[in-house]
Amino acid sequence: MKPAITINNIVKFYGAKSNKTEALSGISFNVNEGELFGIIGPDGAGKTSLFRILTTLLLADEGEATVDGYDVVKYYKEIRKRAGYMPGRFSLYQDLTVEENLEFFATIFNTTIEKNYHLIKDIYIQIEPFKKRKAGKLSGGMKQKLALCCALIHKPSVLFLDEPTTGVDAVSRKEFWEMLKKLKQQNITILVSTPYMDEAGMCDRVALLQSGKILSIDTPDGIIEQFQKDLFAVRSSKMLPLLNDLKICSEVEDAYFFGAYHHVVMKHKNEEQQLKNYLSKYAGDGLEINAIRPNIEDCFMALMKNTE
Amino acid sequence: MRSLRFLLQKEFRQIFRNTSILRIIFLMPIIQLLVLPWAADYEMKNINITVIDHDHSPYSRQLISKITASGYFILQDYTSSYNQSLVDIEKDKSDLILEIPASFQKNLIKENESKLFVAVNAINGVKANLGGAYLISIIRNFNGNIRSKWIQFPRFNPELNINVVSSDWYNPEMNYKYFMVPGILVILVTLVGSFLASLNIVKEKEIGTIEQINVTPIKKYQFVLGKLIPFWVLGLIVLGIGLGISRLFYGIISAGNLFVIFGFAAVYLLAVLGLGLLISTYTSTQQQAMLISFFLIMIFVLLGGLYTSIDSMPHWAQMMTKVNPVTYFIEVMRMVVLKGSGFADIKNQFLIMLGFAMVLNGWAVLSYRKRY
Repeated sequence: MKPAITINNIVKFYGAKSNKTEALSGISFNVNEGELFGIIGPDGAGKTSLFRILTTLLLADEGEATVDGYDVVKYYKEIRKRAGYMPGRFSLYQDLTVEENLEFFATIFNTTIEKNYHLIKDIYIQIEPFKKRKAGKLSGGMKQKLALCCALIHKPSVLFLDEPTTGVDAVSRKEFWEMLKKLKQQNITILVSTPYMDEAGMCDRVALLQSGKILSIDTPDGIIEQFQKDLFAVRSSKMLPLLNDLKICSEVEDAYFFGAYHHVVMKHKNEEQQLKNYLSKYAGDGLEINAIRPNIEDCFMALMKNTE
Repeated sequence: MRSLRFLLQKEFRQIFRNTSILRIIFLMPIIQLLVLPWAADYEMKNINITVIDHDHSPYSRQLISKITASGYFILQDYTSSYNQSLVDIEKDKSDLILEIPASFQKNLIKENESKLFVAVNAINGVKANLGGAYLISIIRNFNGNIRSKWIQFPRFNPELNINVVSSDWYNPEMNYKYFMVPGILVILVTLVGSFLASLNIVKEKEIGTIEQINVTPIKKYQFVLGKLIPFWVLGLIVLGIGLGISRLFYGIISAGNLFVIFGFAAVYLLAVLGLGLLISTYTSTQQQAMLISFFLIMIFVLLGGLYTSIDSMPHWAQMMTKVNPVTYFIEVMRMVVLKGSGFADIKNQFLIMLGFAMVLNGWAVLSYRKRY
């Protein structure tokens, strides 16, 4: 399989010489054709900078990248013809209607809505009842759908989605990922970024990005398999003192809030009994200790701790 | 071409959908043209004068009635003490003090000479200047009248008199509206042409839509033309409306051919649109663009010869007016409307404006880097 996107040692600085901030520090990876590739990372990890470099809006300070076989600097014009980009911020014309926006973007890509209607049909049907409404008056989820339609209308071979689900409700998020899965079947390569760890499982492969560095690249299952330590979910009615005790315990490598539980990473295997003994003073406070399978977020926390 | 057509369609749609902008474009020139020419009046009227009369003679009364009858002066106070009259000046009730000495009539008859004292409140320079000049000319006139009354004409005129008769060409009644209205119209066209265009482009930056446009195959020149053409058209429409208003409300009928005006305006608009484009490339928010525009329009107006004559400016300021496109359009407007100049007469201004258009647009296109 030939790669749709290659990224080779990309470095990007911001700010003047005296006050340089490194947004991306030497990133390299490839995205295969037809792959749904996720870039997962907290705010400020460098996701948007990477997207802007790949969509020819920003120049990297070092390194090179290709999209669909074209160099992002030399052949930016070619890339602009075949890439679809949906920025994190809604950036369609708010004073044009849904239909007008779509028609406008179809025209400037030298195509028509009819020609590629099959691509956007499933998504467009959902916003069609509002096609005479101005884009600025749509709800957040609707805006995302319209933006996706506009990014797809010229049948791009690579689709860049920068935090498409940020600020969208849980139901719409789920729907959105369903739509991406369908698009994948059309053999469109999709690069998507998100700060939500739970969305990582929807991707074919993910890259975990933290302060401009890639911590890990693998399939979601692969990343979880890398997590070799024992993990427990612990709760009691006195959560805060419990966390403090866990953090100072010599057998515990890391402990952090996780919803209604604390997740506890042990330093060594098979030490459940030691943990139980250590926490015995909480026995009267409804102590619960369960061994659990790690998820992406646990892996991310562990990787972050390692790089520190 | 198809892309450009669609860009234009989109721009016009957005302009016509934005009712507040539309109202500004069309109502602003109408209201400003109806109001401003009346306010920008050079003739000084309603000058308040305080007269201190120590003489109370028939002559002093005659002089006072002549002053008040002139129509320029309002007799604010009639007192007999200078100190009291100064209070009027201090309270800003009075602009001028005329003091008539006690022996005004006596001296005038006996010694064939008399003195008057005029004090001027110089807080408002224009009013003080003109008021003082008016008053002195009235007094001179009064002087001439009384002399002709008591002096029998000798066979030979003892004094040599040069009588000056002037005639005002191109504006026989010296109606200031005839030259103010075309000038104000120029400012309005400038506003629409450059500042609305720059705000429009900056808005795309601010909202982020330019990001989306930049990842499309649209070319630099297409995007720029798509922005400039609508405002070029709107500028010409505003000019048309303005000329209509000046004809309807001020009876100003252009002495020259309207095609000359529109022809020059077409090139002028290119120049100011280039300026608007330039502003938009150096700013990233509408607020910044607004402030720069505001700064520039002040300079344009005050260094454009609209309110004050360029010839009376210091040399360095005159140099500055040479790089102000507004200067040339105001000049051309006045020449064509009042004098009836044709293309041949405004050839120089036309070429200069063409130069402005090329420099400003070239600079703007260079600094508008769509790619990065």
